[in-house]
Amino acid sequence: MKRFIIPGIALTIFALYFISTITKNNVEQTPTASLKERFSKKENPSVDHSKFTQLQRKFVKPQDVTAACIDCHNERHLEVMKSSHWNWEREEYIEGRGIRYVGKKNILNNFCIGINTNEQSCNKCHIGYGWGDKNFDFTNPNNVDCLACHDNSDTYVKQSGGAGMPDPSVNLSLVAQKVGRPTKSNCGTCHFFGGGGNNVKHGDLEKALFDTRRDIDVHMASDGGNLECVDCHKTEKHQMLGKVYSLSSMNRNRSTCEQCHTETPHENEVINEHSMKVACQTCHIPEYAKVNSTKMEWDWSTAGKLVDGKPVEVKDSLGNITYASIKGSFVWKRNVRPEYVWFNGTASHYLTGDTVSADTPIQMNQLHGSYADPDSKIIPVKVHRAKQPYDPINKTIIQPKTFANKEGEGGFWKDFNWQSSIQHGMDYIGLPYSGQYTFAKTEMYWPINHMVSPKTKAVACKECHTRENSRVGALRDFYMPGRDYNATVEAFGIGAILVSLLGVGIHATVRIVSKKKN
Amino acid sequence: MKKQLVYSRFNRFWHWMQSALIFFLALTGFEIHGALNFFGFAQAVTYHNIAASMFLVLITLAIFWHFTTGEWKQYLPTRQHLRSQIEYYLTGIFRNAPHPTRKTALTKLNPLQRLVYLALKILVIPVMVISGLLYIYYRYPQSSGIQSLNIDGLQTIAILHTAGAFFLISFIIAHLYLITTGQSATSNLKAMITGYEELEESKLYKGNRE
Repeated sequence: MKRFIIPGIALTIFALYFISTITKNNVEQTPTASLKERFSKKENPSVDHSKFTQLQRKFVKPQDVTAACIDCHNERHLEVMKSSHWNWEREEYIEGRGIRYVGKKNILNNFCIGINTNEQSCNKCHIGYGWGDKNFDFTNPNNVDCLACHDNSDTYVKQSGGAGMPDPSVNLSLVAQKVGRPTKSNCGTCHFFGGGGNNVKHGDLEKALFDTRRDIDVHMASDGGNLECVDCHKTEKHQMLGKVYSLSSMNRNRSTCEQCHTETPHENEVINEHSMKVACQTCHIPEYAKVNSTKMEWDWSTAGKLVDGKPVEVKDSLGNITYASIKGSFVWKRNVRPEYVWFNGTASHYLTGDTVSADTPIQMNQLHGSYADPDSKIIPVKVHRAKQPYDPINKTIIQPKTFANKEGEGGFWKDFNWQSSIQHGMDYIGLPYSGQYTFAKTEMYWPINHMVSPKTKAVACKECHTRENSRVGALRDFYMPGRDYNATVEAFGIGAILVSLLGVGIHATVRIVSKKKN
Repeated sequence: MKKQLVYSRFNRFWHWMQSALIFFLALTGFEIHGALNFFGFAQAVTYHNIAASMFLVLITLAIFWHFTTGEWKQYLPTRQHLRSQIEYYLTGIFRNAPHPTRKTALTKLNPLQRLVYLALKILVIPVMVISGLLYIYYRYPQSSGIQSLNIDGLQTIAILHTAGAFFLISFIIAHLYLITTGQSATSNLKAMITGYEELEESKLYKGNRE
């Protein structure tokens, strides 16, 4: 009997352990379930603006609408005028530079390059009326455009080249009576079309999201969460949560997945542990530009070719402009697999006037981070690569004047003359121009945060944990199982196995042969 | 010659369980290592971790067994007959020479086996267990956040763990061959299955209990 006791205990422990590992049962409500519950309740507005007599009148100027808004909401304009939507700059601490005010006023990009001298066109998307040049009065509350964000009638549009003024066709009285919480269509009007067309800049923000399906974006889909932008980009006193690192530098005020989903939303703890070093987006956004193409490359050096003295456009089979005389040549891509970088939430930017070498691609907005930095996570990015005007003597990226209403004003899009375009642009921002220009390679990083796929389409383990063609193959500052190995240990290990096999083989052969002899 | 119980029931259970776990851990482990495809990476990780914790339970039981039964003394190294044992494997075995040491229920291991198994027990298995535990727990979820031990990365841990795995595989190759060098080619294997082996009756072999 005694000899059964120890094996008996051992077998029982084993059996119990095994049963416990295969029958783990989690019955508590997951965060996703409670989130679905929360967002299925849609808010009802507490007032109907069409019933206010102050708004039942004809408005001649949009500024009159603003004045009517401020009549009741008599402190709100002050909040707006503190926001980055109004100022187009933020106070930022930048490593190595200290506190700087940065934004579209002094940061260049590698799309349409910069707003200076081009305000008439670019500032169509400013939430103000009439920022047509650097003399715009940022202190005049009546210049605040409440309607761009709060129009719920879907009829409000800003005029092209109108420096933020509404299109003359807009019925201001109708719009003023139909104001409310911002919807996708308010935000998307500007944020889906940055860079001069649909999905040009972000890659993960485009017009398809106005009304989309779960496999494109689980959050915004009409058959999914059906969330509005402001459900995640929560707003307190007109200060939006979240910003994009094309323009901002500090790790603050970010809108993150964790704010709703927590850092450990998975049942599998091994996957939860990934959230220490891997951003949610990395696995849950396997590709971007899922519906319409996004611009991946922009070559300004080919701009200016005219046919019969007139600018032309060339389109590909999908309708994407691949060449435009005013802008140069483009490469578009759809269903793009992101590139991946370490990111700790801080970035540094090329600011107007910075001197840089053009020997390697100039980083327009370098995202900081590394494996060793505990604040860093791997994030997916779209990298936009361009060739853009550069002053090889002063070693500065050039701000050209591109937009003009008529010929002869120096705008490249009318005159197709780089020299005068550059001279106008550089004079305007007060920077020297040597008289020589080349086209420098530049790179700009766009963190990918939207177009989250259903979980069944999340990136599989093997897409990163693999020796060949790993998604994170470019990040080599850490050891990753399945991808990495030590070549020496591998050689010794395989050598040891081969030597063992060989030794066994030889020994066995000699044994068999000698046995026969004996 | 007399049939004797050499491997007790637990001894056999431990041995076969360990061999199954090591085989399974090697299979799943080398899949995680990126060297082969079988279960799929995610499944390999899950299975490897389950097998690893089963292995820990088994090791705990085995340590208990070794100390309560005194079986640990089987692994005390000795230099006596070590040279003749080596010479036997290198030359004697080919001349059909007799085994230089005799296997009895109390001295199951020859001097070479003692050395190798002792090294496994106090070096290789502990390295695998410790590096394996660190591999799993160098960061760990805790109340909706993730904590971390102050370990910079997996590099050292993973490379040690891999090196140990290579060593164990080489050991198993040699082991599978050397079990054929008993009284007959299959006598050792049969003994580990049934527990019984035909051994020469003898008094305690002199060199083993000093």
